[in-house]
Amino acid sequence: MTTETETKVTTQVFRVYIKATPEAIWDAITKPDWNERYGYPGRGDYDLRPGGSYRATASPEMQEMGMPQVVVEGEVVEADPPRRLVQTWRFLWDEQIAAEGPTRVTWDIAEDDLGLTRLTVTHELEDAPMTAAQVAGDPRIMEGGGGWALILSDLKTLLETGKSFHG
Amino acid sequence: MDDVTDDDRVFKALADPTRRFLLDRLFERDGRTLTELESDLEMTRFGAMKHLRVLEDAGLVVTRRSGREKLHFLNAVPIRLIHDRWIDKYTERRVSALADLKTELEETA
Repeated sequence: MTTETETKVTTQVFRVYIKATPEAIWDAITKPDWNERYGYPGRGDYDLRPGGSYRATASPEMQEMGMPQVVVEGEVVEADPPRRLVQTWRFLWDEQIAAEGPTRVTWDIAEDDLGLTRLTVTHELEDAPMTAAQVAGDPRIMEGGGGWALILSDLKTLLETGKSFHG
Repeated sequence: MDDVTDDDRVFKALADPTRRFLLDRLFERDGRTLTELESDLEMTRFGAMKHLRVLEDAGLVVTRRSGREKLHFLNAVPIRLIHDRWIDKYTERRVSALADLKTELEETA
């Protein structure tokens, strides 16, 4: 009906409330000894300076299953611990998805008035439909879904219970 | 805000066909304005706002400003949390039921 107001939005937004301090959440995102414990198997190494590199390395088991050593590469755009991290994100596990080029991920960490910490991941995915389907956890390509929802659900579980579900 | 309350909000939000319809619309295409979402519903703007508010309170919809517009995004994390927690729970129960059966069979053997 109101097609003239429709603009093509390719951004995806994911939000979770976690019983943990902003600092704990920041560490869980940026420190490989933490980030290897939830979500997909592997470690994420950050050089937390503007222009610094980000690399997610697949676990040995994932590599045996045919994943390359580096599964995601990116660049740190902004690092403001423990509030805000902006980075680029490019999947490397096959040529087609790698050819979509870098997308942009913003992590926002904010305390709410109930004593919980709100983590919001905003993924800007212009001209990257394959990457978008992956991070949305599209059930057509991933049994049971996955993507950011899986990662953030698992991150919450790890920080609140000390155990992760998928990691 | 404990976990039970969070789950209650999600289930309550999902227990209404209009709200499920709104989520389906956002699943098809994310980041819509109130005007767009409202045009798909046979109800007043106020009615649509009330439903979106329930979805927002449950965490199923997140809004974000883009220029002068407020865009609504589907947030799948609360559904994933319920999925993970329940699968976990039932898997555990199945495993312990098998363990109980094993004990029982071994005792009677």
